[in-house]
This record gives sequence, C-alpha cells and structure tokens, in this order.
Amino acid sequence: MTDGFQIVVCGSLVPDPLQTLEPLTTPQGPGLKNELMLPSVLDPWSAHALFEAANLAKQIAGSKVYLVSLGPKAKLQQLMMTVAQKVPFELVAIDGSASGFTDAHEAAAVLAEAVAAIPGLDKNRLLVFGGCASASRDAGVTMQLLCERLAIRDFFAGVDEIKVKPDSSFEVLERIEGGQYQVSVCKGAPAVLAWATGNLPEPPNNPQVGMVNMRGVMPALMKAKPSKVGTGGIAYEKTEVPAQKRATRIVKDVGADQIAAEIVEWIKQ
Amino acid sequence: MKILALFHTQDDGSLPKAALEVLTTAMAIKEQTGGTLAVGILGQGAANAAETVAGCGAESFLTVGSEAVAQARYATDTAAATALIRDSGAELVLAPGTARFARCLPGAAHRTGAQIDTHIVSVKAEGGQVQAQRWFYRQRILGTFSRAARPWIMLADAGVNMPWHGASGAASPKEVAVGFSDADLRTSVTGVRSPAADAQTIKPDAALLFVAGAGWTKKQKDGQFHIAEAGVLIQDFLIKAKSSLGSSKSLVDLQSEGQETLNFMTHMNQVGQTGSTPRHAKGLSACCHGEEPHAVGWRFINERRAINLDPNCGWAQGKADVVYVGDAFEIMAKVNALLS
Repeated sequence: MTDGFQIVVCGSLVPDPLQTLEPLTTPQGPGLKNELMLPSVLDPWSAHALFEAANLAKQIAGSKVYLVSLGPKAKLQQLMMTVAQKVPFELVAIDGSASGFTDAHEAAAVLAEAVAAIPGLDKNRLLVFGGCASASRDAGVTMQLLCERLAIRDFFAGVDEIKVKPDSSFEVLERIEGGQYQVSVCKGAPAVLAWATGNLPEPPNNPQVGMVNMRGVMPALMKAKPSKVGTGGIAYEKTEVPAQKRATRIVKDVGADQIAAEIVEWIKQ
Repeated sequence: MKILALFHTQDDGSLPKAALEVLTTAMAIKEQTGGTLAVGILGQGAANAAETVAGCGAESFLTVGSEAVAQARYATDTAAATALIRDSGAELVLAPGTARFARCLPGAAHRTGAQIDTHIVSVKAEGGQVQAQRWFYRQRILGTFSRAARPWIMLADAGVNMPWHGASGAASPKEVAVGFSDADLRTSVTGVRSPAADAQTIKPDAALLFVAGAGWTKKQKDGQFHIAEAGVLIQDFLIKAKSSLGSSKSLVDLQSEGQETLNFMTHMNQVGQTGSTPRHAKGLSACCHGEEPHAVGWRFINERRAINLDPNCGWAQGKADVVYVGDAFEIMAKVNALLS
C-alpha cells in the first residue's frame, strides 16, 4: 500500500444555482450583472470531488488533501466560511476571475502553476481531483488541460467511484452514455480524476474541522497570487438569456381520470 | 479552410449516431467556406467504419485502428487523436461530444496547440469567419463566439443536427502511425458496468423523459409513506410509456443520506445543475418542485408537462406547457391502466 496520497482538489466558486443570472458586457468581456454581489457556492461537482478526496484520505493513512481555488480573494474568503467546516484540507488560493466566460486554457495554465508549486509535492503520490465540468463555464476541459500541463498520462472523466487496491493500483468507474459505467484499472498515481457526483452525501458542518482549516485559510488567502485569467482567444459576439417563459396552462378541479386520459393522449401523439 | 470531421467507432465497429450528426455539420461548413473535408476515425474497425461514410464527399479518410485504441482510454485516445489532427493539417476539427471524445480531445488540443470548445449547439461560417454557439452557466446563458486561433476543435452536442445518410463505398483510408509508449498503457479498461436489462432506466433515444421529484417519498394525504407503491407506479410507467427516467437532486440525495427512497434511482438519473440536460421530444414531471429540474434539466425538452399539487408552484409555472393539479399517485395509476 502507498504511503498515502497527496490529493489536490481543484475547485472554485460559482453563483448560487438559485440566483437569476443576467449577462452584461464589461471591458474585460462578458460578465454577470452584480457579479460580485451574487451569493456563491463551491462549484457543485468540485464539491463532490472534495468530499470524495477527504473520504479517500481518511481511508489511506498518510494522505493529505489540498484545495486549489481560483477566484476573487474576497469571495473565496466568504466561501471558506462554509466549505472549511466540511472536511480537512489545506487551501491554495489564487486571486483571479472565476467567471464562466473565461478561457479554460488560461485557467488550466494558472492551476497547473499553482499545483506544481505546492511544497513537497511528490508526483508518485499525486492524485488531482476536480469536477467533470463547472457550473459556470461548463466546458469539461480544464482538468484534461491541467493533466497535460502536469505531464500526467492517466485521466478519468465523470468519475463516480475510486477503489484503491493493496498494490496501490486503483479501479475507477466513469460515466458513459446510457447510464452505464466504464470500469478501468490504473497502475497507480499520478492520475487526474474529474468527478461527477460520486456516492457520498454532503458532510455535515464540523466546527472543529472549521477551526483547524481556518488557521491555514487566512494565511493562504493573504498570500494568494494575483492572476490575469481572462477570455483568452475567445471573441464573444453575444451573450443572452433566451426568452423561455411558456404560457403555462393550469388544469385544476378536474378528475384524475380526465387528467390521465389527456396525458396518455399526449404521450401517444 | 481544412476541416477534419473526427470520429471514433463503437464496440461493434460502427460510428455512433452523434458522429453522423457532426458529419452533417462538417459538410455544411465545407460548403459555406469552400474548404476541404477530411474524415478521421479512431478505434476498433476504423477502416471499415470509413467505408460506411465514403459517400460524404470527403477528400481523404484517415484512420487509427490499432489494438491500443480498441479501449476507450485517455492516453491512447489522446495520442491517436493528436496524430489524426496533425496528419490532416486541419484548421477546424469537428467532433461529437461523446463521453470518449469529451475525455480525450481536450488533451489532444493541448498537444496540437489547438483551442477547444465543447457543448457546441450551432456552428456556421459567414464571410470566412466561423461562429459557434454554446450555453454557459449550465444552460442559463447562450453565448455566440468565434476564435481566431487555429486549429480550433469543437465538440458538438448530440441531437442538434440531423444524422448524415449516404452511400457507403471504397474510402481507401490512410492508416496513420501512432507511437504509443508504455506510459500510455498504464490504464486498462476492464469492462462496462450496465444496469440489469429490466433496471435500465436511462434511455437517451426515448421520446419521453419522466422526471420524478422528492414528493414521491413524502407522507401522502393519508399521513403515511408510500415509497414502495411509488416505485411500482414509476417503473410500470417507464415500461409502458417506453420512457427514460430523470430525477431531481433532492430525490437522489435522500438515498445517499441513507433515507428510504426509490431503490432504482441513482445520481445517474439526476437532471439539472449537477445532473444531465437530456434531449427528448417530451417531458413529464411529477412531485418535482425545484428550479433545477425545470429550468436546467428541461432546457432541451420540447414539450413539457407537470403533475403538481400546487397550482402556484413557481418553478413549473412559465417552464411547463401544462401543469396538472392533482395527486400524482392517483393520476399515474390511471395513466398506467390506460397505457396497458
């Protein structure tokens, strides 16, 4: 068995999914109206990756979890007030845009630089986790670009499970079409895993974990390196929220028989 | 402009439907730009697959069909795609956004110095400029954009174009040599895990998507839980209506939190923010009150109907075409009886 993994989770903030988003044009490219005021959450798929990382670290003695997060420093600080209470990790903060309109190539370059600069990083023990896509850019390419920049050969997408074997090899379940899983066995670290939802529930808040994490979070935020992640080579012509309001017909005070008949007729059309 | 339509084969050696949809787009872009089209195929039986699209009018066919790409593995697929892109000299690469290509083509983009965009829903060329459309913020904002850098790789979403139909014939494909290293073979694909045939609830080709919400697992009007009954009703409906099954996040979360719920429902069924955004002609939801299934998960459902106890449910109003106010248990039982 390995001496433990160094699990680096890449994840940033996204607007709370319940917020209404309105695009606007800024000098830096497209943005969101009141972007800095919108409540944020840890990107959902990255959050699953973080919880899976913590679970794996708990099972394999000597493992440690890092969270590499690219976002506006002030918003990262707010985010950490909740995320830090979930699972133990060491934060590596990068001060820059977390906009969904930034270029994944630029984001991957900045993340790769931050991962490579983690003190004591041992590539033979390295597992890089992240979400299979973000809820902002939703491109699903950043982790592969990061994988290439770190010169890692093994990448898995849409991961729901990792099982480490006694010889340090591991089995991975990746989502593929039609509700199926592709099962693979990798000889061991290093590897990059882009997670789907995994199988774990969100851990409850643990104030003790929060206190330990926050000792490292504040210094990490203080020394967060500024980075200029922008729209790269993308020339945006237009960003819009297409009209989607439908004229909903409400059918009420009608018997179940009549409703069922109407539904069946509609299905059969 | 040099265009490469890049495909992979399936386990049976055929091309996926999504590839044929991309071929339709690639031929249109060729027409619009006056460019040239090459077809590149990787995977088991690539040369035979090239014959099936020989009538598309491509100037050349390139394949990588070696044993190493029989498995859908990142390292070997990335190396093969890189070789095909380089050999074609393509400025524009169009590929289907399948799980296999979504996994490996970003890596190939890095190795070929290309830019890459995914989930493309529209691409067209006007005045020599290629413009693409995709959704941002999980189907909330539609963006139209272009890139000056070449090569530019685009992965198109399935279901947005008609599949190409044409004659097969002699493609005379060129097998492109790829030097796979031992490091590329550290991972072995050992198989595919499918749900049992009678438990297969995700059917991408189904005309109808049925989305179940957490309401099925709540206390009903008699003050009791009826989870087993809900399971029977839903599974019965899926079989009779030949429907695919989606779920709200709250319903599948109940399961991971250890609560009793519908045992055939997994995170794979989830639609919405952290789930899928499937494409079906029709969608019917029941006991579903969240925004995400309706706004995000239903983005690409054409006709939408909902069964809901609350006529004022803000998330169904304005997002569904019809909201039936009633007890889903009662209505679905009668629907099943009528479908029998």
